[in-house]
Amino acid sequence: MILNASGCLDALAAPGVARSLDAFVTKTVTPLPREGNAPPRIAEVEQGMLNSIGLANPGIDRFLSHTLPRLADLAVPVWVSVGGFSVADYADLCDRLDDRPEVAAIELNVSCPNVDDVPESVGELVGAARAATRKPLYTKLSPATADIVGVALAAQEAGTDGLSLVNTILGLALDERTLRPRLSRTAGGLSGPTLKPIALAAVYACYAATGLPIVGMGGIASGRDALEFIAAGARSVSLGTILFSDPAAPGRIRTELAGELAARGVDEVDNAIGLAHAESTPPSDPAVPVPAVSRQ
Amino acid sequence: MRRELARVTGAEPIGPYTLLRVARGGLDPGAPGQFFMLEAPGRPLPRPMSLCLAPPGELAFLIDPIGPGTRALCASEPGETLAILGPLGNGYRLEVERPLLVGGGIGAAPLPFLSEALGRPPAILGFRSDWHAEAAQLVPNAKVVVEPTYVTEALEPGYDVLACGPEPMLAALARLEPNAQLAWEAPMACGYGACYGCAVELDGELKRLCLEGPVLNAEAVAA
Repeated sequence: MILNASGCLDALAAPGVARSLDAFVTKTVTPLPREGNAPPRIAEVEQGMLNSIGLANPGIDRFLSHTLPRLADLAVPVWVSVGGFSVADYADLCDRLDDRPEVAAIELNVSCPNVDDVPESVGELVGAARAATRKPLYTKLSPATADIVGVALAAQEAGTDGLSLVNTILGLALDERTLRPRLSRTAGGLSGPTLKPIALAAVYACYAATGLPIVGMGGIASGRDALEFIAAGARSVSLGTILFSDPAAPGRIRTELAGELAARGVDEVDNAIGLAHAESTPPSDPAVPVPAVSRQ
Repeated sequence: MRRELARVTGAEPIGPYTLLRVARGGLDPGAPGQFFMLEAPGRPLPRPMSLCLAPPGELAFLIDPIGPGTRALCASEPGETLAILGPLGNGYRLEVERPLLVGGGIGAAPLPFLSEALGRPPAILGFRSDWHAEAAQLVPNAKVVVEPTYVTEALEPGYDVLACGPEPMLAALARLEPNAQLAWEAPMACGYGACYGCAVELDGELKRLCLEGPVLNAEAVAA
């Protein structure tokens, strides 16, 4: 399955892009409306970008009354990303979404780097969300922790159905001339190709430790990148920064991934999940043609 | 919006700027003031550029090489290809009685295409040096001022102002000409509403410039 990373697509502004995905993940919805951080909010860096959007969203009331019905019209499964500032916030958001048939799954954003109030322990949050909803629950984790496996195990223990790995990691860019921070909030979430090895490590470790379904993301820009996440243990992949430069990326990456699988004699994508963990991986055979993958 | 790989057909220096020409292919030039996202060779994000000219079979963009992305674009060689997405955003309203085009620096970029669409109305262009002012050759019927003279000093009353330029110039125009149409700029990763990076304060709220603009009525902007 190919999804978008939360916050990297407005399905109502670009419905054609949303329909090219297997599921659309909303921008994170919070209990109250948030205008987001002051501009400038984005900065390109070598092989990636920083953002400090700050969870701009209309709040759960308006999301339920206005946004969700319009998203349902797109006829793409909708995953709702939720974020709060306390255990009670997450429980309440999940409770409000629980009886909405338009919602296919809920992603708990417990890891936004662009807000000041950090919620409490992940286990507690997931437990409260689990008690509030029967919807499939995915917990999105930050790679900025010494023990992501410990956090993933706590989320599993508390009842998460899957993991979304990973959120952006805090980075800083300075203006070439003034040497002042380029974002108004100073630092922001780093995404794009530079995040890929960090995300792959998280997917690999969490797959081995939990066996949970994983949505892998972090710098995926080609079918080859998607295959690597799947081999590390992801069942699905999400596209983020690449959507900004290439709105046609979902279709392109789907085609490239099929080519990568076919070139390796893998008949379906599920058979590639976790291949990187095989006890004896055959050495790469130069006789096996590997399609060139364009990177844009 | 449509995305195509466009072949570079030319890159000509005009003062410090470069006029980058690409084969139009199936891309629609759109309306004056709309913009395209141009792949910046070797960079992760594309760059927003308003259309400068639409010669037959081509699209042309006036680019100021101020950073790594724009420098890479200006260094493009004929025959290379660039991914181009567009046209995007909202351009100028062309139903005006007495148009006056006003540009500052690289803000002159959308004015040649706009001038053609409006029948070559008068224009006032301001630049920081005579070298920069070489870009005025692209805009017909243009009066040119060079710093320390500002375009606002050359304005005459009774015109419908359509402008593009640096923020202080647009803010000054908004105060002098509340009915002006102003084309703004903001850092932008996608150009189609996905990244939320180009937020600007409009009517007291942060809104995405790529969807609401880049051309806005002067009174919408808190100057």
